[in-house]
Amino acid sequence: MLLIPCPWCGPRPENEFHHGGEAHIARPADPAAVSDSVWADFLYHRTNPQGPYAERWRHQYGCGRFFNCVRDTATDKIVVTYKPGEARPE
Amino acid sequence: MVHFSAWSLLRRAFGGAWPEQWRSPEPRDAYDAVIVGAGGHGLATAYYLASEHGMRNIAVIDKGWLGGGNTGRNTTIIRSNYLWDESAAIYEHALKLWEGLSRALNYNVMYSPRGVMMLAHNHHDVQVFRRHVHANRLQGIDNEWLTPGQAKAMCPPLEVGSTSRYPVLGAALQRRGGVARHDAVAWGYARAASALGVDIIQNRAVTGIARGTDGAVTGVETTRGSIRTRKVGVVAAGHTSVIMAMAGVRMPLESFPLQALVSEPVKPAMPLVVMSNTVHAYISQSDKGELVIGAGTDSYTSYSQAGGPHIATQTLEAICELFPSFRRLRMLRNWGGIVDCTPDRSPIIGLTPVPGLFVNCGWGTGGFKATPGSGHVFAATIARGEPHPIAAPFSLDRFRGGRLIDEAAAAAVSH
Repeated sequence: MLLIPCPWCGPRPENEFHHGGEAHIARPADPAAVSDSVWADFLYHRTNPQGPYAERWRHQYGCGRFFNCVRDTATDKIVVTYKPGEARPE
Repeated sequence: MVHFSAWSLLRRAFGGAWPEQWRSPEPRDAYDAVIVGAGGHGLATAYYLASEHGMRNIAVIDKGWLGGGNTGRNTTIIRSNYLWDESAAIYEHALKLWEGLSRALNYNVMYSPRGVMMLAHNHHDVQVFRRHVHANRLQGIDNEWLTPGQAKAMCPPLEVGSTSRYPVLGAALQRRGGVARHDAVAWGYARAASALGVDIIQNRAVTGIARGTDGAVTGVETTRGSIRTRKVGVVAAGHTSVIMAMAGVRMPLESFPLQALVSEPVKPAMPLVVMSNTVHAYISQSDKGELVIGAGTDSYTSYSQAGGPHIATQTLEAICELFPSFRRLRMLRNWGGIVDCTPDRSPIIGLTPVPGLFVNCGWGTGGFKATPGSGHVFAATIARGEPHPIAAPFSLDRFRGGRLIDEAAAAAVSH
């Protein structure tokens, strides 16, 4: 089980959280204006890398807030967590 | 290749070592096609390319040993009672191939149609499974509805009492479903493919996909040199996104760890496969006597081939409620495999935006059952350069066109 540092509450066990998929995927501002390929990319296509990965978590059974997290998917080690709206740290 | 028969077994019993069942050649500089991934699906693809399409100058390449990924890690359940006609077509195609596979390969894959029973624990389950039973009847696929009493008669260790923590309100039974020996499937296909001239290259990872000025595939780069080819079939299961990224193709896939466990071996107690989607417990008994238990996926994407212990614990708690007589069994082993899940829980088989690059992936948590059918239609797709009719609905392009094949309920492992 992961120990996830919530940016507001500090480190908590994984079962307090809900995984929210890949982070930094922006919904097209005008869905009607984009092609099917762009829309499919937004809906379905994911980076799914083996290595550092920016993902969203929600502290469902804690503060209830979303945040972003960089985790290495090869080792499951969490590199950093940061608040929504902030850029992915280097 | 030694032909297996009662006579050849008897003769070997009186002396002489068994020869290796497949060759381990050094790769050639060029092949007509290269399959990336020597699991069941990849080896089956190579076998059918050689046996049905005359493509014998081909290679299967794997970063590890053959059958060492999800083929060696799954719970070996075989069934074809999915919901939609497209799914029924491919899983039933596979089931029909399973029925004659040992004879076709001259290798005992120990296919055992002992029946697969899916438990309904609430009103919603009852409605969904009965809908599946009706859909399967229209498709000509056997699937029948059982009362709790009939389910108990099929599987005596099952607790169906009304005071149970997880009451059984009924079950869907596919009698032709069952299990097969996972290693034997990989070995049988490897042996038969090798005998037809297919080179199986183990312990050599693909590190790049080379493309020409027109964008078409020209070869693969590996950890020990490059190999030229005009056709590459990617059958890399959980690592498909990583391989496809080498050709610049983004996939609608997420890779999750999926866990399984086996118990200490006991005398025969489980006459068939029992699956419970709602409380997440799969259980059957291997021929060695171990109870083979399938657990769930972790909530997060990962390539670590190890899941959180709370996932396996949850499944064991459900098993102990459903099968009280198994409560004192000890677990021998617990492991994880990386499964590639699509948004609609149906596979992707076919062409890609890159000419010469083909992909067979997205089998998610239930690919073993499809192994022969998957390899069969993928081989035809690679050989002809156009989708096999059964594979056509499972194109990568369906996500752009919105023609999804939603099997979230039938795919069973809760995601």
